[in-house]
Amino acid sequence: MTDTGRTAVSVRTAHRAASGPEVTAPAARPAVRVQGVSQVFGRGAPPVLERVDLAVAPGEFVCLLGASGCGKSTLLNLIAGLLEPTAGRIEVSAERPALMFQEPALLPWLTAARNVELALQARGVGRAERRAEAARLLEVVNLGGQGDKRVHELSGGMRQRVALARALAQDSSVLLMDEPFSALDAITRDVLHQELTRVWAEQRLSIVFVTHNVREAVRLGQRVVLMGSRPGRIVREWPIEIRHPRTIESPAVSALAAEVTTELHREISRHGH
Amino acid sequence: MATDLQRGTRADAGNVAEERAVVAGLDELGTDLALPPRPAIGRRLLRSALPPLLFLAALVGIWQLAYLAKLKPSYALPGPADVAQVFWETVQDGRAAEAIWTSLSRGAIGFALSLVIGTLLGLAMWGSRWLRAAIGPIVSGLQSLPSVAWVPAAIIWFQLSDAAIYTVVLLGAVPSIANGLLSGMKQVPPLFDRVGRVLGLSAVGRVRHVLLPAALPGYLGGLRQGWAFAWRSLMAAELITYSPKLGQGLGQLLNIGRELSQMSLVITSIALILVVGVAIELLVFAPLERGVLARRGLTTSR
Repeated sequence: MTDTGRTAVSVRTAHRAASGPEVTAPAARPAVRVQGVSQVFGRGAPPVLERVDLAVAPGEFVCLLGASGCGKSTLLNLIAGLLEPTAGRIEVSAERPALMFQEPALLPWLTAARNVELALQARGVGRAERRAEAARLLEVVNLGGQGDKRVHELSGGMRQRVALARALAQDSSVLLMDEPFSALDAITRDVLHQELTRVWAEQRLSIVFVTHNVREAVRLGQRVVLMGSRPGRIVREWPIEIRHPRTIESPAVSALAAEVTTELHREISRHGH
Repeated sequence: MATDLQRGTRADAGNVAEERAVVAGLDELGTDLALPPRPAIGRRLLRSALPPLLFLAALVGIWQLAYLAKLKPSYALPGPADVAQVFWETVQDGRAAEAIWTSLSRGAIGFALSLVIGTLLGLAMWGSRWLRAAIGPIVSGLQSLPSVAWVPAAIIWFQLSDAAIYTVVLLGAVPSIANGLLSGMKQVPPLFDRVGRVLGLSAVGRVRHVLLPAALPGYLGGLRQGWAFAWRSLMAAELITYSPKLGQGLGQLLNIGRELSQMSLVITSIALILVVGVAIELLVFAPLERGVLARRGLTTSR
């Protein structure tokens, strides 16, 4: 708890070898490691997160599940580096993890392609290369040839896919997603689940996906991590061994989702008295 | 886990064609149908210009009736025909063009100066919390102070000179521009700044690529109001600082009308001031604002 802060990629090996007793195989350095992280906003306020531990393996798809106010978005912002933890330590194997929000958060004065290019520009990619790369990334999210459209000309699902292309343009091995599909209609969401699964597998990304939708978590993740509220902490986790391709309706997904929901409800009802 | 991933890839690859087809259909359904083409320019002009022209014609009709009824002696209320004749003479002998040119070039220079100073002031106030707290209330206060109140002071400082006129114009326009930029920047959603930080843009990059473009609509509103204030201040200043060495602007033309008790010239001058104001609004600011808003989908522009 005394060891506060965030460590960058390269500096860590020696330090970790010295301080990480539970580390077993050096080859499996996690993509994200959260150790004993607590978060308090303001002196005397109740902690939002308390002693959270989480490790995400390279290429792993982890879904963080919990009721509103369990601190799952705070945890994501901590991993993204937008917040500094009050206590504990966070290691991320990418210099700057990509982050997707609930809103597409596209810049409305730019075209779809220029929004993607801005991420490339921030990385210092040259102008000509930017254009080609943005076109390729839009192709990845099935938006080939739509790059000249303005944000307001796109549907909600298309906007969120441009946001995904922009996140991919950050060329980070770690992608953090904060309820990215919760504002979309069910049909669009199903299709985006399929698309995200494909992109994750193709690009070999490590994904931390925050949601309050149990079925979504089970449909997408390789592991579902259930968080409890006040203070936010990790309650339980389930490995998901259901084979791909999955759909949100498939019986295996439903069965596990029912089990997770039971646990979630038990956790929530602790607060009801 | 790696095997699961590979299995997943292979299995999902079979669905890619299907995924693509569904996505294409959803995208098509989710986007608005193409709007019908805009009506021809002639029709649009007719639709937007006809109502005000009809209204103007009605006003002139009432004016003519009031003139015929002799509500006021004819030196105080000349008929539309007399004014039209003086207006035509003023245009013919070049006095109108000279006055418009003099005022407009003063207005342009004054506005350009205000633009630079107001923008820098707005940026400085954004950058420094202390500065904002210190001069924010004064800048807002200046915005509601009629700038004609500065004319006596400006004349005492700079005598009857262009410097006096520009001082009044600047004091009228700078606060609006600075405040417009500041409020535009304050209204930028915090989410945009987070996007800039997530993408890894530097502080300067975030201002240049995110904050300033996001603040553009508010800034344009400030510029528009700044111009209106500059033009009003200029007319007030020209009306009072009358001197042969100063060149004859529209305000001075108006003052000549008053000194000669020539109501037709007074009305002519007012009409010219109005025409220039409306023209700048329609030719410069309206298209600029429409373009910016339409690009962001903030207006239907119909």
